[in-house]
Formats: sequence, structure tokens, C-alpha cells
Amino acid sequence: MSTDITTAVPAPPAGPSAMQRLLGLNLVRSLLVSLGVLVVGVLLLESTDAYTNTQLSSLTYFTIAAIGLTALTGLNGQISLGHGALMAVGAYTTALMLDTDSPLPFPVIALAAIVMTSLVGFVVGIGAARLHGPYLAGATLAFAVALPSVALYFKGTFNGEAGLTVISPRPPEWFVSFIDAVSGEFATSSKYVAYLGLFCLVIALFFALNLGRSKIGRHWRAVRDQEVAAEIAGINLGRTRVQAFVISAAYAGLAGAVMAMVVRLAAPTVFTLVLSLSLLTAVVIGGLGSITGAFIGSAVLVFLPPLVTDLSTDAKLSDTQAAQMSPLIYGIVLVLVMLLAPGGVMGTLSMAWRRRRARRQLTATPTKKG
Amino acid sequence: MTPPIEPDPQPSPSGGEPRPHDPGRPASRYLAQGVTVRFGGLVALDDVSLAVEPGQVHGVIGPNGAGKTTLFNVCCGFVKPNAGSLTWDERELNNLHAHDLAGLGIARTLQGVGLFPGMSALENVMTGAGVRSTSGFVSAAFGLPRARRDEQALQERAMQTLSDLGAAHLAPRYPGMLPYPDQKKVALARALVSEPRLLLLDEPAAGLSEGEMDELGDLVQQLTSRMSVLIVEHHMDLVMRICDQITVLDFGQVIARGTPAEVRDDPKVIAAYLGAEVSAGEEIDTAVLESHGTTTKGA
Ligand SMILES: Nc1ncnc2c1ncn2[C@@H]1O[C@H](COP(=O)(O)OP(=O)(O)OP(=O)(O)O)[C@@H](O)[C@H]1O
Ligand SMILES: [Mg+2]
Repeated sequence: MSTDITTAVPAPPAGPSAMQRLLGLNLVRSLLVSLGVLVVGVLLLESTDAYTNTQLSSLTYFTIAAIGLTALTGLNGQISLGHGALMAVGAYTTALMLDTDSPLPFPVIALAAIVMTSLVGFVVGIGAARLHGPYLAGATLAFAVALPSVALYFKGTFNGEAGLTVISPRPPEWFVSFIDAVSGEFATSSKYVAYLGLFCLVIALFFALNLGRSKIGRHWRAVRDQEVAAEIAGINLGRTRVQAFVISAAYAGLAGAVMAMVVRLAAPTVFTLVLSLSLLTAVVIGGLGSITGAFIGSAVLVFLPPLVTDLSTDAKLSDTQAAQMSPLIYGIVLVLVMLLAPGGVMGTLSMAWRRRRARRQLTATPTKKG
Repeated sequence: MTPPIEPDPQPSPSGGEPRPHDPGRPASRYLAQGVTVRFGGLVALDDVSLAVEPGQVHGVIGPNGAGKTTLFNVCCGFVKPNAGSLTWDERELNNLHAHDLAGLGIARTLQGVGLFPGMSALENVMTGAGVRSTSGFVSAAFGLPRARRDEQALQERAMQTLSDLGAAHLAPRYPGMLPYPDQKKVALARALVSEPRLLLLDEPAAGLSEGEMDELGDLVQQLTSRMSVLIVEHHMDLVMRICDQITVLDFGQVIARGTPAEVRDDPKVIAAYLGAEVSAGEEIDTAVLESHGTTTKGA
């Protein structure tokens, strides 16, 4: 331990090139990644059939919700079994706002869904901030179970068990001509909804990338890792936890808004506990705290069940058996991930990478020690 | 009982060798007065007072269960005292919360290390100075240049603090992969990066080798040009070497305070440490070291 503590600020390192500086900006990096996802998304949507388009729409809202949940659970260490219910808040808000002759433009509706869900998330988050582990899981579970009864109680507004049918927004003129120009096809309402989902995903991704790499993300992780040390460093534990919960809820709200339009229904049967659990599963499979992992986990969630159903039909299983097959495989995948790779796909990859780098560093400079 | 500490902010004349004057010299005084803490029926601290004078190293010692850690926890807001007051910088700290410490210019290391395992050493240190960067949520969410500038400044400061401790090479490593002394260095850097005016060290020498302990002692003494230090430590030779003032606790009460030399020869201190069976003439540090089963007595 050298004790030379009197030196002042270090000599600034040789100035990076303008290009490096530009790429060093979170803004620029996140923009590039988000634009990349946008381009890939458009290519996928335009090169696949209507059925796959619907699957891709599902992928957008699952991923948005998974990004929010992976931030909450992976970065801030709070578990939530209530995100399906938070999505319901966004979905019902959207359904109610679309149910007029001349609905507001979608960005306004999405924003309203986000605000509503954030408010609910704020209340839940205040309760959650004081709880840990199984208690937190239990409390959010209770929230997920209790919320649908609101829809049943205020039957006049939310139409009880049957729920609200969502009238998908009609594609505007410019969108129709855009699709016509790109693929020469007629833009259906489903296609429009898929594009809206993609746009929401890209925007959600942009903010998540920025936040994760910022001071905010670091403080979330500090609270997750070591409460006492975080507090001493000046981080207000309660406020940070509530903040993380509200942001996560905002993502769930946006996801719910998109989901309402894709599924065309906002009903208690859509936002069951299974939805909350599936989200958590997706996040765990992908790797807690990883945005790429949120994409991977959501893709598994969306594409695995039909794949399994197809395979089992090919294997001459009855329809009922085939339908039961996919939850089974899904459960098996989850158990395997928990057993073999508890860090999920991305966690395992980054761990391997980190180990390899450490090993290489050790062999390269065997004597480098303070 | 020892006399109460007078609250006037006069530097204690008995505090070690005089230090050369420089403009950045610390001028704040930390004062705990009449602190009483009861855990149920147990009186952990009974009317304890202590003053950390500007630029001094103040040691708190005492046998196991004397209340040292409790006193520390009171000083940084983890334990609310049943009675008593804390004063810092001539301001009374009412209703102190641990997360207010950093803003007040007070930093603390934890017993053990308490690093964030999921972050690199550099990020750990950056977190220690987080409250000093002012960019907010919006600039972070949009990735604005302002947030980026703040982060860069923070990163440079963290890096500088690490290299001041000879630990620059640890920056990209994760705490779980580091040997214990390196972890402690990172933890110290995390406390120092916020440039505190008061540093609370909780058993900083635990788990260090004799050589590392000497370096730590030198380091702490150099720190006093910029901050005051309050230290709880079991290694008596280290405490005797680096402290200007020592407060001795036993069963929650202050039984002695003074310079290392005064405390060392105080019969009450010797009695407290040795109990009845050992005769009062024996050297305190030998006995203490034996009673703690350590083998690191300075020659
Ligand atoms: N949270 C608590 N609840 C109840 N009793 C406590 C609590 N914390 C400490 N005590 C008791 O208060 C007394 C003082 O404890 P403290 O940890 O402050 O001693 P210490 O001087 O730090 O001891 P050591 O040298 O062993 O670390 C002990 O008798 C301890 O058992
Ligand atoms: Mg203790």
C-alpha cells in the first residue's frame, strides 16, 4: 500500500479522438443500439407472415415488461410477482381511452397508461421498500391476486369478468403508404399494432440502456448488494427502492398498453398470476439484470410453446396432450436453468468472460500486486 | 467518573506532536455528549461523551462488549441514542440518518469490508462519492452529456483515490476475486473518495498482516492533514502509535480518556482489561494482545 496521498488531480490522459468521444456518450451508444433493434424489427416484421407478425407483437410487449422487471429484480434486488397486475393497469387504461369515437393519438394513451401504472407502482413500491425476500414476494403476489377483483367490483367501468374489448387503432394514412412503399402490401391493423409495439420497445430500450449505465443504475445495484454500505455512501435506501419500483411499473404499464392492443382484450383472465410468473421466468432464463437477457427470455416465452405444440402434434400426440406439453417443457427449461446456470443465459456468459479475462490477466502479469 | 468534555471548540493541547499548518487543515469538531443507549434492560452506553478534535486521530478502545461498536453506530445514525446529543461542525445532528452522513462530510468504513460484490472495484469507489455528483434522473435517462461529464469526473476521482492507495490495478476487478487486504484497500478508497472531513474506521486492521498494519498506520496519520479520524481498533500497538486521544470504555462507561501515554498507565484501564487476576504493573498492550489471542505485537 503506497501512502502517497498528497498528489493532486492526475494529468489528463491523451485526449480521445472525436469519434471515441462521441461513442463514449451514453446517448450515442444507446441511440445506435436502439436504432439497430428498430431496423432488425422492421426487417423481421416485413419478411414474415401475419402469424409470425402477431408473435413478434407479443415479443415486443413481453420484452418491454421483462426489461422493467429485470431492472427491478436484477439491478435493485426486489422481486415482484405483481407485474402482470401492473400490466393490467396499463391495459385497462388503454382499453378505456381507446373506447371512444375519436380516440386520442396513441402516444398520449401510452403516456397515460404509463402514468397510471407508475402511480399504482408508487403505492406498491412504498410498501415493497420495507420488505425483503419471501415477504416481498408474498406482498406482490397478494397485489397480483387482489387487483383483478377491482375489475369485478367496479363492473360498470371495467365490465367484470368479461373485460373490455379493445378497439385497435386504425392505421393512419402515412403508415399505410409507408408499408405500401416498403413491402407493397396493405397495412392491416395488426401490422400497425406490431409497429407501435416495436416503437415502444425501442424507446423503452433506449431509456433502459441509459439508466443502467448511469449513476442511477449504479445506486440501484449498490442498494441490492450492500444496504449498509449504500446508506453510508449517502444513498437513501427507501427512496431508491421506490424509484426502481416506479420505473419498473412504468415499463409494465407501457407493456400493458401494447398488450391490450395486440390481444384486443383487457380482462382479468388475460392478466393472471401465470403472466406475472412467466415474466419472472423469462427474466431468470435470460439472466437477471441483463437487457439482452430480457430479449432472450421473452423470445423463449413467445416462441417455445408453439414450437413444442407443433413437435408434439408431429409426434402423434393428441391435441390435449400437445397443449399440455408446452407448459411442461417450459417448466423443465426453468428448472434446468436454475440448476445448471443460475445466472441465466447472459449471467453465465458474462461470468465465463470475466473469468477468462481474469485468468489471462494473471498469466500476463503474475507479479503485479500492490 | 471522568469529567465531562467542555463543549468549546478549542483544540486539545495534549494531542500528540504538533502538525505543520497548512490551509486545507480540517477545522471541524465532532462531539458526542451524554450519549446513553439501552437495549431492553442492558445499558450499552451510559452517559458517554467524546470529542474528536480537528485533524486528530481519536481511538476508542475497551474490552469485548464495552460498547465501542454501539458508540460508533450512534455516531453515524444507525442507532438512535436514548439520551445525549451529537454535534458536528458546531451544528447539532438531530435525527441523524446514515444516508445523511456523506452529505455532512462524514465517511465510514464497515467492520469487515462490506463491498458491493456485483460491481467492479472502480464502481465501488465511484459509489462512495455518488452524492457529490449533481446530475439528476432526467439527464441520466436521456444519457445527456451533462450526466456523462459527471460520471467521467467521478470515475477520474475514484481512479485517483485508488492509485493514491496503490490500488489502481484493482480497478476492473470484482471484490469476490480479491484477497482480503486488497478488499480493505478498496473499501478505504470508497470511504476516502468523497473527501470526508471526518472518517470513522471500524476495526480497519482486522485481518491485516503486520506490515500492512504499519502502512495503514502511516496512511491514517497522513490523512489527518485533511480530516479527523475516529477509530475503533483492537490492535493496541497500532492504537497507541497513531492516536492523539483515546477514550476507554468499559461496561458502557468512559473509564479513562487522554493521550496514549496517559491511558496506558491508568490503573482503571489496566484493571478493566486485566480483570482481578493479573497484577496491575504489567504492560497493558501485552496483556491485551494476549487476551485477544493475536500474535502481531509490534517489537
Ligand atoms: N442490537 C443490540 N441489541 C441488544 N444488545 C446489544 C445490541 N448491540 C449490542 N448489544 C450489547 O451491548 C453491549 C455492547 O456491545 P458492543 O457491540 O457495542 O461492544 P463492543 O465494545 O463493540 O464489543 P467487541 O469488542 O466485542 O466488538 C454488549 O453487551 C452487547 O451484547
Ligand atoms: Mg464491536
